[in-house]
Amino acid sequence: MRLSSILPYASAEAASLAGRPEHSADSPLSVHSLTVAYNRKPVLWDVEYDLPAGALTAIVGPNGAGKSTFIKAVLGLVPAASGAVEFWGRPLARVRRRVGYVPQRGSVDWDFPVSALDVVAMGRYGRIGWLRRVGAADRAAARACLDKVGMADFADRQISQLSGGQQQRVFLARALAQEADLYFMDEPFAGVDAATETAIVDVLRTLRDGGRSVVVVHHDLQTVTDYFDHVLLLNGRVVAAGPAAATVTAANLQRTYGGRLALLDDAAAALARAEAGR
Amino acid sequence: MSGTVWPTAAQVLDVLTLRAGYNTAVVMIGVALLGLAAGVVGSFTVLRKRAMMSDTLSHATLPGIGLAFLAATALGGEGRSLPVLLTGATAAGVAGVLVVHLIVRHSRLPEDAAMGAVLSVFFGLGAVILSYVQTLGTGAEGGIATFIYGRAAAMSAGDALLIAAVATGAVLATALLYKEFRAVCFDPGFAAAQGWPVGLIDLAMMTLVVVVTVVGLQAVGLILVIALIIVPAAAARFWTDRLGTMVVIAAGFGMASGYVGTALSALLPRFPAGGIIVLVAGALFLVSLFLAPRRGVAAAAWRHLRLRVSVEGQHLLRALFEAAEAAQRPTGAPADLADLRIARSWPPLRRALVLADLRRRGLLRRDAAAVALTPAGQEEAWRLTRNHRLWEEYLVNFAHLAPTHVDRSADLVEHVLDGALVAELEARLATIGRLPRLRGVPRSLHA
Repeated sequence: MRLSSILPYASAEAASLAGRPEHSADSPLSVHSLTVAYNRKPVLWDVEYDLPAGALTAIVGPNGAGKSTFIKAVLGLVPAASGAVEFWGRPLARVRRRVGYVPQRGSVDWDFPVSALDVVAMGRYGRIGWLRRVGAADRAAARACLDKVGMADFADRQISQLSGGQQQRVFLARALAQEADLYFMDEPFAGVDAATETAIVDVLRTLRDGGRSVVVVHHDLQTVTDYFDHVLLLNGRVVAAGPAAATVTAANLQRTYGGRLALLDDAAAALARAEAGR
Repeated sequence: MSGTVWPTAAQVLDVLTLRAGYNTAVVMIGVALLGLAAGVVGSFTVLRKRAMMSDTLSHATLPGIGLAFLAATALGGEGRSLPVLLTGATAAGVAGVLVVHLIVRHSRLPEDAAMGAVLSVFFGLGAVILSYVQTLGTGAEGGIATFIYGRAAAMSAGDALLIAAVATGAVLATALLYKEFRAVCFDPGFAAAQGWPVGLIDLAMMTLVVVVTVVGLQAVGLILVIALIIVPAAAARFWTDRLGTMVVIAAGFGMASGYVGTALSALLPRFPAGGIIVLVAGALFLVSLFLAPRRGVAAAAWRHLRLRVSVEGQHLLRALFEAAEAAQRPTGAPADLADLRIARSWPPLRRALVLADLRRRGLLRRDAAAVALTPAGQEEAWRLTRNHRLWEEYLVNFAHLAPTHVDRSADLVEHVLDGALVAELEARLATIGRLPRLRGVPRSLHA
């Protein structure tokens, strides 16, 4: 058995490692040798990654590729077996307030007795600190964030009365209320309506134009190059990373998805045609 | 129960107005405060989905009570001293919760199985220890058995004051940590990402449950103290969609259960106090479950019935319109319901409800044995039929469904099409010249 059949990307990785620069303090997120395992089964393996600053970056990969785990591990929500994660060259604990998070919509109970405004105000809790009440200024800030996602009219609605897309926008508004410089968003586009998708894309672009960096777990290969500047292709390990158009290639997708998705053959063929036509 | 003397209304009134003696009054106030604290703490327990964990905790206190008694007696102390017994209860309860955590972390057993196992094993151990205590024949063990079912009436004023103080402390602690509890209960992942120590906040919540449980053991008993934590909070959830309001209502329900339950148990000394207090809470829960507006069962059933009647009414309007259209009669002409398949298939009650609803809304009038659409009814029937056909045409022409397959889908959709959607359907179908044409256009459209 040849080594390359067990470790198909070994040579490519070695090449990219040899040529990669030192982790830079300018990068909002530097991940070094990150390995995460659930029940001894590795989910992420030896991930090396520097996030480009001031860009929209998509994490793309098949189900079970460790995309959500990557976000949770860098945020310290799941323990890493090994590795180091730095934000602007510093540990997370020192820069918590500069890091915003949009979890998967399905991760909470939407029948919880709170209004949309209450949820968005939770984005301010980190700033408010221990034991202090949510003040008028924080509520006003939360209201402004709801307005940015087009949900100002729904501030007092109980969250179970919102549609899926509206709930997703509330989550986005809560992250905006964090006023962070770096955002992690776990599948914000999953199962949302067209109006919400447009609203989210607008917010993402506004964030980027304001110099913020955003990392988004994304599923739709059709829109990934339209919406994002950079792409991280993940399947347990980093398959490829770089500018969106140059990274989302037929060959890279093949390596990421391993031909397991029949649908992908069509996408790959379409991409190949597009490349040939360039 | 034979020999039970049922209290008179005057006695009940005396107790409820705190005129049944100093001790009873103090105990009632103490247990009412306990109920208040239980409602407040329980709101977060319910929302954090930790009800079962709290149950495990309360059952796990039993061996601690027995062991504390044995240890204190062996050391020559007073085994029945309340601080000693409650310390033992706390230690055992916390140990039970810790064992559950250890099992979940280090095995693949799901949490509910781990809790079930710990709950029953700890309780079984406690039952054995208590039986052993009884064989000692010291005469002191009678006081310990009251911890299982609770005996509010047997409490001293001092015990009640301890309960009152602890309950007040628990409520104040919850008020201070309200924001933190809310964040962790709603979205622990987000709270953790913000840097909140979720484990610590959970621990604080659990500590409050421990505190309320342990001081409630004497009054309510360890089997039912969990009910005082969970039931008022669960009942309160039916009445509101605001956490703050829910906590206040739960506190009120808990307080009422404690106050009324203790009063009743003072009059019925042969019944366990815990059972009576929890029955009062259970009555409040049942009332909430059925009668709460919006979230209650009755409100939901009413909404469902209203929707059903309205949908069936729309079906009838369309059937009347289409029958008139097919027979080339005016849409306002009387029609015999027996000629309509849809109306024939209805049971009498549904038919009566649907007809009454349409008549109430002025869409239909009775005409001898037949019915007739009013002008408003004709217009509504025309609109519904047109929406139905718009959707059918849309499915056939744009979604490429076979014409035989679109009727059921249109049946469902015609009830929810709003003005904007109808306009869009019209625009799309107009571009391919497939706008449905209906006979008997309502007069208002001619005007």
